[in-house]
Amino acid sequence: MGRIQLKSVTKSFGDVEVIPPLDLTIEDGEFTVFVGPSGCGKSTLLRLIAGLEDITSGSIEIDGSDATDVPPAKRGLAMVFQSYALYPHMTVRKNIAFPLRMAKLDQAEIDRRVEGAASVLNLTDYLDRRPGQLSGGQRQRVAIGRAIVREPAAFLFDEPLSNLDAALRVGMRLEISELHERLATTMIYVTHDQVEAMTMADKIVVLQAGVIEQVGSPLELYRTPRNLFVAGFIGSPRMNFIEGEEAEKHGAHTIGVRPEHIAVSENEGTWNGVVGVSEHLGSDTFFHIHETGLAETITVRADGEVGFRHGDRIQLTPRADVIHRFDAKGLRIE
Amino acid sequence: MARAVTTRRKSFNTALAWAVGLLIFFPILWTILTSFKTEAQAIASPPLFLNFNWTLENYAIVQERSDYMRFLWNSVIIAGGSTLLGVIVAVPAAWAMAFVPSKRTKDILLWMLSTKMLPAVGVLYPIYLLFIRLGLLDTRGGLVVVLMLINLPIIVWMLYTYFREIPGEILEAARMDGATLKEEILHILTPMAVPGIASTVLLNFILAWNEAFWTLNLTAVDAAPLTAFIASYSSPEGLFFAKLSAASTMAIAPILILGWFSQKQLVRGLTFGAVK
Amino acid sequence: MATQHSRSVARLMMAPAVVLLLGWMLVPLTMTLYFSFKKYLPLRGGDLGWVGFDNYIRFVSSSAFWPAVQATLVIVGGVLVITVVLGVLMAMLLDQPMWGQGVVRILVIAPFFVMPTVSALVWKNMFMDPVNGLLAHLWRFFGAEPISWLSEASMTSIVMIVSWQWLPFATLILLTAIQSLDSEQLEAAEMDGAPPLKRFYHIILPHLSRAITIVILIQTIFLLSIFAEIFVTTGGAFGTRTLTYLIFQRVLESQNVGLGSAGGVYAIILANIVAIFLMRIVGKNLDA
Repeated sequence: MGRIQLKSVTKSFGDVEVIPPLDLTIEDGEFTVFVGPSGCGKSTLLRLIAGLEDITSGSIEIDGSDATDVPPAKRGLAMVFQSYALYPHMTVRKNIAFPLRMAKLDQAEIDRRVEGAASVLNLTDYLDRRPGQLSGGQRQRVAIGRAIVREPAAFLFDEPLSNLDAALRVGMRLEISELHERLATTMIYVTHDQVEAMTMADKIVVLQAGVIEQVGSPLELYRTPRNLFVAGFIGSPRMNFIEGEEAEKHGAHTIGVRPEHIAVSENEGTWNGVVGVSEHLGSDTFFHIHETGLAETITVRADGEVGFRHGDRIQLTPRADVIHRFDAKGLRIE
Repeated sequence: MARAVTTRRKSFNTALAWAVGLLIFFPILWTILTSFKTEAQAIASPPLFLNFNWTLENYAIVQERSDYMRFLWNSVIIAGGSTLLGVIVAVPAAWAMAFVPSKRTKDILLWMLSTKMLPAVGVLYPIYLLFIRLGLLDTRGGLVVVLMLINLPIIVWMLYTYFREIPGEILEAARMDGATLKEEILHILTPMAVPGIASTVLLNFILAWNEAFWTLNLTAVDAAPLTAFIASYSSPEGLFFAKLSAASTMAIAPILILGWFSQKQLVRGLTFGAVK
Repeated sequence: MATQHSRSVARLMMAPAVVLLLGWMLVPLTMTLYFSFKKYLPLRGGDLGWVGFDNYIRFVSSSAFWPAVQATLVIVGGVLVITVVLGVLMAMLLDQPMWGQGVVRILVIAPFFVMPTVSALVWKNMFMDPVNGLLAHLWRFFGAEPISWLSEASMTSIVMIVSWQWLPFATLILLTAIQSLDSEQLEAAEMDGAPPLKRFYHIILPHLSRAITIVILIQTIFLLSIFAEIFVTTGGAFGTRTLTYLIFQRVLESQNVGLGSAGGVYAIILANIVAIFLMRIVGKNLDA
């Protein structure tokens, strides 16, 4: 079980309120991702749930019982830190066993669980090494191993992949997702990378300046962003925003069109512009279009084989059914 | 990338550096050599470098005549006691400042440092007077306290810089893993801090061993350590070069050996972490 | 970041160190200030009442004061110049690739670990003795008349001894600093066509400036209060009586506590002026 409920939780550091009153429910077994730009309070929120920081007011319930004043270790949560926070003077085996030793489990049980975790995480051959002798990915797995042996009510991940190189990051992303499938335990995952959020989450919580901008499944956020911030944050390349006359035609202050929802053509379209930089990814090509009279640059995602060149004047057609409309306050118009 | 250097250049560097190094080391070498000569050989003209009859008689004489062991013992007690006491007081303080920093932490650290800058001579008489009143003059206990106090800022600072290198996330991880404060200190902090504490102990032992203002001014006979013992050679016994050398060698040898182990920590300890 | 509970534990853990140092600072300081306004001669009548700023005025107007200031400045200045200049050179030399670097380092650092009374005595007797000292032998070897160092060239001798003791400190710190210099910076300068001397002047020296400042400040604080080296060699004679030594003599030798305490207050003020600069650098480093 691992249902976590935050009720009007606030956090202030001195006079600075980093989290204004916030309510959030994380259901049992859900993979929830907190995403937002750096400094948005997502890590603080995670640390409040972990109990590493005191909340200023409000309450936190875990599985229906008040955990607000329960110390971190007694909340039944396990955390994987950004720096992995492995104990450098202990072997992998001892690192993974540490929480079990602290819980005063008997040695046979400790060995059984450590061996189990090690085989799940492919660490069996490394059990007698020290963290210093491991690669980044292996360290990451040790940190996860230390978390899973406790069989916690929920896992907390604080930007766990940000110290890994790009290739490894993709691999670990899959491993964590698989782990979630297998354990079906609640996981809360903090990241600033919307790709991680989109690919892993059951539920995404988008945060800005300590405020929840939107909560929903990845596709909900993609399809119906509640405001300009979410619209701009979720999706890559970024959504194009157009203001002024063109927006008024749609009865909005701002309209948003995703790059993948604009068709390009040589001779017919709604808008036109001049091709600037093209980024060829092979499968896709991103064109940055200037002189459209709509916005400084319009980004378009086209098929990889589309072959316009720098300086070509081309025609653009947005898909009418997926134009997002926002009012003057930046809120979505349905 | 380090650049490959020609062998010729490297040979030149080596020769020059060794020459300079030996020149700087020479007074110590000469003292050690002289300690094995007879008094006559020690003042022979021209001076004898290695071509003399090595003898241990000076060491025997120094030990017999001046109760050397008592001075040595005093040095050990004073340097060891003040360092130990200092570390006991400083470890919790440095731990708190490194892991639970507050807005005032920096001010407290700098203030501690400022007490180290207090010139000893400025407070010589008050301390002297207090020592007389409290019956501490010429006692090892009194010196242990004074040397502990003058080195306490350095001890706190060094420990602080070492502790700060222990990532806070590791301690949080331990807390999440269910370690109590006691267990956190026992299983995580102490093993990770031991190298830093050892270096701190080493450097401060050296500093206390060599301290020569308070040890000279606050001792007479009973508590006098090696610094005072050597100072007593200033005249006229100092003219017995071989015995002076033997006494000096005995006073500095243990510290030279310890010092070689602590050269890396020296920089950190004496610059308060400002140069790393 | 911490919880309320850990904060109060932290305060408790700091308390002993803070209280001890506070006592160590305040009690003697208050007493020194108190005595400095008194005519206080423990062996000749004891406490003879308040005298206002008399001691402060008498201390600076005594015939011994200005020579003491001069001696202090010469020793501190001389040792600083020698140790910093040689220290930079030594650091650059030791930074070069060579065989037996570790051993050379040890040889160079050794003097720092020699207790002050030993180094003073060894230099005084075995090197500077006008008859049997090694330097006398060296002078005679070259046909020169040996010098009686500590009486004829007393200041030079003391500066030499103290420089020998402190050169390792400067070298070690500057070496540490030099090793943190990114070699790509030097290679970039070389590509930009800077010859070795210019590279030293434009790249190495600026890189070392902070370490040099720290060496100067820390050494100044220690050098202002050197004691054993003078106590053992000249006993303050031949113009080597520094402020520290003068105060020591007033307080413990002539037992004029009021006068000595006034001197002590001057010394404290002087040290604090240097200390402020040092603390500023150290404090900045703490933020980084």
